Amino acid sequence: MAWFKRERKPITPPDRASRVPEGLWVKCPRCGQALYHKDLAANLHVCPKCSHHFRLGALDRLRALLDDERWVEHDAGLRSTDPLSFIDAKPYTQRLEAAVEATGHNDAVVCVTGRLDGTDVEMAAMEYSFIGGSMGVVVGEKITGAIERALAHRRPLIVVSCSGGARMMEGTLSLMQMAKVSAALARLDRARLPYISVLTDPTTGGVTASFAMLGDLNIAEPKALIGFAGPRVIEQTIRQKLPEGFQTSEFLLDHGFVDMVVDRRELQPTIARALRFMRPPAEPAPSPGEADEAAKPAGSPPENAPAR
Amino acid sequence: MVDTLEFEEPVAVLLKEIEALSQRPQTEGRDAEIAGLRRRVTQVRREIFSRLTPWQRVLVARHAARPHMLDYVARLFVDFTEIHGDRRFADDEAIVAGFAQYHSEAVLVVGHQKGRDTQQKIKRNFGYARPEGYRKALRAMRLAEKFHRPIIVFVDTPAAYPGVESEERGIAEAIAYNLREMALLAVPILIIVTGEGGSGGALGIAVGDRILMQEFAVYSVIPPEGCAAILWRDAVKKVEAADALKLTAVDLLKYGIIDAIVPEPDGGAHQDPDAATRAVDAALSDALTRLRAEPAETLVNRRYEKYRRIGRLGAGIVDIPTTGTTKNTTT
Ligand SMILES: [Zn+2]
Repeated sequence: MAWFKRERKPITPPDRASRVPEGLWVKCPRCGQALYHKDLAANLHVCPKCSHHFRLGALDRLRALLDDERWVEHDAGLRSTDPLSFIDAKPYTQRLEAAVEATGHNDAVVCVTGRLDGTDVEMAAMEYSFIGGSMGVVVGEKITGAIERALAHRRPLIVVSCSGGARMMEGTLSLMQMAKVSAALARLDRARLPYISVLTDPTTGGVTASFAMLGDLNIAEPKALIGFAGPRVIEQTIRQKLPEGFQTSEFLLDHGFVDMVVDRRELQPTIARALRFMRPPAEPAPSPGEADEAAKPAGSPPENAPAR
Repeated sequence: MVDTLEFEEPVAVLLKEIEALSQRPQTEGRDAEIAGLRRRVTQVRREIFSRLTPWQRVLVARHAARPHMLDYVARLFVDFTEIHGDRRFADDEAIVAGFAQYHSEAVLVVGHQKGRDTQQKIKRNFGYARPEGYRKALRAMRLAEKFHRPIIVFVDTPAAYPGVESEERGIAEAIAYNLREMALLAVPILIIVTGEGGSGGALGIAVGDRILMQEFAVYSVIPPEGCAAILWRDAVKKVEAADALKLTAVDLLKYGIIDAIVPEPDGGAHQDPDAATRAVDAALSDALTRLRAEPAETLVNRRYEKYRRIGRLGAGIVDIPTTGTTKNTTT
């Protein structure tokens, strides 16, 4: 359940607009087109020529989906204490510090309350540039917090995954986050609240095998790597090359594990349509015996109306 | 006589001496000598096993002769009746499920099964379960819930099967769905990790109310070899990786991931499966008695709190004060 890198060349998109100098040109890794950074950002980091989806940082993701690019962030200060005192080639604490320095985030997910098409939502967006978007205790805790807020305020939940899986440096504590987040999703499910899972490149390992696969809707961006075991691990097991297109969004669509593959530029309206379907009715339909009751003007709102 | 592991070399030497002596004509003196050597074996083995490294524990947990789920089932349960299939695609024999009597009480038993001889290993896919295994397990657990029967789960797998068909048939979805649904099953779920707790492949049937672990079992987010290959870029560093991953029963008890350690005989469960079974029995029946006393609603709520706490108790998270650096606000 390791986070791992895809075998093709890593893409290093300008994931935080503020960190990219003006006038920078970016070359599309798929079609080779030189793209002016501002144009690329205006196109949600999708190549206008070939529709290659560049990887998006958490903040760009929130900007792309939430109304007026505004939100309230939760648990921004949570940081791992290195519970295992983990040291490999270098200490985990150093990896954490470097990741905090490089990304401006304290861990690999940003959790917020915002509005999407006028509906208050709880949203979590993962940050791949923070140790491969891996899930340790902090990611598990923050996403569980988002689910619990969604339950408390009866709001829809949207999670955008971008992760290599569980974070090895937090050992079995990382593994247990899969159970923790999934248990919270069980409550959300039984409370009949919407959960939309967006799977982006890459979504693998323990993240796929927990919250990413549990959406009422699982929506994938085109051509994302989505799977459980890493491609190299599978190749070692079966001792042959993997078929073309294996573990892509389109492969999962074919096999029935995602509901749709949606271009990033269509993602916000698609989610908005889904939320209109999933939103609890604003007012209960009057039954014949309650005609008088229903005729009363401006009654108190039903108790399960979304908080505004 | 079962195989000795590499670090049991001093034991292996003594065993060879005993064997050589046994070949020769029996005399009183020789019998006494053999008895002395046997006592020495016990003593040396106890010394070695009192200070096993994490990597050595991995080797014990994977030992070919280590008792598997069905060995415990045969010794602990009466009238075990296996059920097959996920009613969706196939029957996965890497996971076994069935009902049985445990101390005169009807229970559901579920667990990974690795297989011992070559034919069995292939049949069981070396304990690497496919999506069907996880779906069968949940189907069986739902049956237990329907008839208010407790669930006992034996965990022993290297990993979920990393193959093409696993991905095609949604291994990630199968595990994820189990994690979500097991959280709400309204019957006691008792887990015991008896060998390898291999990452998501283990956890996929291991969400429960009380998590027990045998003394020399391991439970890890990734096999030490895989961790070494990724972080050290050198699979030889598996010994270091096993240390770093904190995958032993003692570590996991400390982190609150397991609730109790089940002692094993000197030299590991495979040296004396009956003694190992007695310890497992004592731990299971004690835990089951406690869980049975809880109303279902309390059980499910406590289960949620159990997982909710993991990583929050001192070790894990610190809240760093943040300053609003963007136009968006923080809480
Ligand atoms: Zn392009």
